Amino acid sequence: MDKTSKQPETEQPRVYEELVITPMRAESATDAITQLGARLQAGGFVKDSWTQATLERERTFATGLPIPEMGVAIPHTDAIHVLKPAIAVGVPDEPVEFGEMGSLDGQVPVRIICTLAMVRSESLATLLQRLIGMFQSPGVLTQIAGAQNPADIVAIFDQHLLSAPFE
Amino acid sequence: MTKEKRALVACGTSIATGTVAAVKVKEIAQEAGIPLKVSQCKIVEVPGKIETFQPHFIVTTGTMPDNLEVPVFKGLPFLTGIGLDQLKEQILEILRADD
Repeated sequence: MDKTSKQPETEQPRVYEELVITPMRAESATDAITQLGARLQAGGFVKDSWTQATLERERTFATGLPIPEMGVAIPHTDAIHVLKPAIAVGVPDEPVEFGEMGSLDGQVPVRIICTLAMVRSESLATLLQRLIGMFQSPGVLTQIAGAQNPADIVAIFDQHLLSAPFE
Repeated sequence: MTKEKRALVACGTSIATGTVAAVKVKEIAQEAGIPLKVSQCKIVEVPGKIETFQPHFIVTTGTMPDNLEVPVFKGLPFLTGIGLDQLKEQILEILRADD
């Protein structure tokens, strides 16, 4: 049964173990986004339109962030493609080139890809602020990239994101 | 007393990243005790907004030409932390100017 109206519930986006791919074998940004999209879809978090929409969005609005510690990408698309909030994380074994956000031709070698699925667009801005705080905390990205298994990555994100309720 | 300044935040397809930049810009003004009005729009709406809103500066997370009569700053430092101090200084300079 298709839900056509969204319930006004509070969202608490989390990383779930089944949404973590580490190490990830990805040939390109497209490959990485597609793999993570497949996990999100399998878990019932997004509609089957999500991956295509996210790939298209990435083409016009690249999400590569050249953070000094390591490059991170945050692919996402409109809330209409999302069923339940979640974050999927891919840690490629080799850096994957993503376009640099806000740049016409800059490229960023990305070591951590976080695809964001949010049901409400306003919550996406809140999530982004929390993620940025987390990514800029020294050592956190290194921890994520060096994690041995999905459960460890879930724990790191939980620690930083669950500190306050989401509106 | 400093007159109120106006900042325009121009978003590309991702309105959320623009919102993050808007929040950070407001924080900078608040810390400095300078009244600042922030308006958000899409990049395509910028020329019209320059006319009607008359911003003192523009911050963008998307791609924009920088040959406008209003200074344009990339909002990326708010997301990556690189060049953040420099960006803050540049914004504060405009906020503190008499105009």
